[in-house]
Amino acid sequence: MSRELSYAEAIREAMDIALSEDERTILMGEDIGVYGGAFQVTGNLIDKYGPDRVMDTPISELGGAGVAVGAAMTGLRPIFEFQFSDFAALAMEQIVNQAAKVRYMLGGAVSIPLVMRFPAGSGTGAAAQHSQSLEAWLAHVPGLKVLQPTTPYDAKGLLLAAIDDPDPVMIFEHKLLYKMKGEVPEGRYTVPIGKAAVRRGGSDVTIVATSIMVHKALDAAKVLAESGIEAEVIDLRCIRPIDRETVLASVRKTARLVCVYEAVKTLGIGAEISAMVAESDAFDYLDGPIVRLGGAECPIPYNPDLEKAAVPQVPDIITAVRDLVEGRR
Amino acid sequence: MSDANDPWAIRNLTPETLRESLRKMYLIRKFEEGAEDSYTRGLIHGTMHLSIGQEASAVGACVGLSDSDKITSTHRGHGHCVAKGADMGRMFAEFFGKETGYCRGRGGSMHIADVEKGNLGANGIVGGGLPIAVGAALTAKRLNTGAVTVCFFGDGANNEGAFHEALNMAAVWKLPVVFFCENNRYGMSTSTERSTSVKQIADRAAGYSMPGVTVDGNDFSAVAHAMQTATDRAKAGEGPSLIESMTYRWRGHSKSDRNRYRTKDEIAEWMERDPIPRMAEMLIAHGILDADSVAAMEIAADRTIAEAIEFAANSPAPNVTDLTRDVYTRPLT
Repeated sequence: MSRELSYAEAIREAMDIALSEDERTILMGEDIGVYGGAFQVTGNLIDKYGPDRVMDTPISELGGAGVAVGAAMTGLRPIFEFQFSDFAALAMEQIVNQAAKVRYMLGGAVSIPLVMRFPAGSGTGAAAQHSQSLEAWLAHVPGLKVLQPTTPYDAKGLLLAAIDDPDPVMIFEHKLLYKMKGEVPEGRYTVPIGKAAVRRGGSDVTIVATSIMVHKALDAAKVLAESGIEAEVIDLRCIRPIDRETVLASVRKTARLVCVYEAVKTLGIGAEISAMVAESDAFDYLDGPIVRLGGAECPIPYNPDLEKAAVPQVPDIITAVRDLVEGRR
Repeated sequence: MSDANDPWAIRNLTPETLRESLRKMYLIRKFEEGAEDSYTRGLIHGTMHLSIGQEASAVGACVGLSDSDKITSTHRGHGHCVAKGADMGRMFAEFFGKETGYCRGRGGSMHIADVEKGNLGANGIVGGGLPIAVGAALTAKRLNTGAVTVCFFGDGANNEGAFHEALNMAAVWKLPVVFFCENNRYGMSTSTERSTSVKQIADRAAGYSMPGVTVDGNDFSAVAHAMQTATDRAKAGEGPSLIESMTYRWRGHSKSDRNRYRTKDEIAEWMERDPIPRMAEMLIAHGILDADSVAAMEIAADRTIAEAIEFAANSPAPNVTDLTRDVYTRPLT
């Protein structure tokens, strides 16, 4: 039976399942209780599980993250919500120096089964400190896993996989996706961590995209198809670990690669994907240069036109692909 | 045969516990001296932070804890690890970077841990363990384990944001945690007078509505007494406490320290307040040990450390092919 939920509802349902299955699961975050979370993702879960398991924290990102690390180390399974991914900057010490490293530093004596959720991305008019895409920061750190679900189905399935995972998993959720509807099965299922999804098959060019850019790439692919260019769109879903095989197989087939991501272009996921291809046999298949489309080299601005210009849009993708396929790059 | 004027420890701890506590103080001292000597001889690389002079603080803080009670420790954490019951051989093996070490040679001095005994690990980040300790206390409260968490930190950490966030949350949620500050007067070279807005770090407790006491950290009995009060409160569900234990590190901050921020006289003055003879004299004065058995205890500690170093030296090194093992619980495919 098909049933539609929004991306936010799908996340809430995953947390509901986890809370109902395991007493050790707790939610922590700022205003996630009766307020329901800044983006209404936890919603009314506090009514069902109470304030001891849906815990409002003080506005203490560093301390709160550290409490979650300590709780995970000693037997709870916390799911920690950052109000905005930008606030991860306040908690980097606990995420990078503690959560990611304690297991290794202790020679495997402990695991940190911790999930952190980060509402991310631009497009809400919230300007420079509430709009960033910082996932590459965390993806640079061994010990963490970093996910970017793009559909309600994946939002639920990847979150449940993250909750089951014995290690810290960081999930970046694009704020503009929260209201997006999609088919979501009832009950428990998981989507494997570290596997990309081919969202559209094509033979002329591979577009590797993350987060909301997957949807923009699919929109672009539709337009490109009208003029006979068939783009294959890969939704990376997970940027640590990266599904190397899916990307390389597609590039071998299409001989062209465009990477599209919202985070600042320089030193981002596009560089990693490009290098991965360049270091592999797939490089020999390329018929043209690798193209990266990423965020502009500036903070996210407030003015709506500037804000749009700061991240790749559908026409940018269309132009880049067309230029590449038609040999103008 | 104790009376009300006797030290708290004499009145409240068994002779066996008191003897064991002195033994652990000797073990810490000898461990640190052995580690320093091994470092000088090139058997240990990296750096280390020695706690010689602070033994009463570590042992007094841990004397009332069971293995299910947790501690979080600091970069100056060897003493905490010994006090919580660690095996000297596995500790030295860690310092020697061996596979038999507590962290299989991956952590070294700054990350020494003994999870089975409740030591969640030393921490290389000043203040890093404070929120983690609150998290461990949250687990204890949520799962109703009855365990208490003791969070060791130094005077330097009291000016980190993590300290203030951790104390606030522990107080708001009434968690079973004891914040135990070893105030050895210097965060590396910067004195508390130059770095800290309050006269005593225990004064910070008022800002978080918890009891705060300052004790003589070189007096085992005073430390153990303050800890008992704090753990009783934690276990009764009344929330956290802050203890400030005034002590002193005889050695420099780390192996690179040239001691330019303090005087020889100051160091000498604190060496006269050595916590170990003080403890030994207390036990002798109350008939719990005689001078000969104290001497024998010290010799036994020397032997234990020599054997531990021997074990470490003869242990296998980690295999380089295992470099990335334990980054994740399940290896990435």
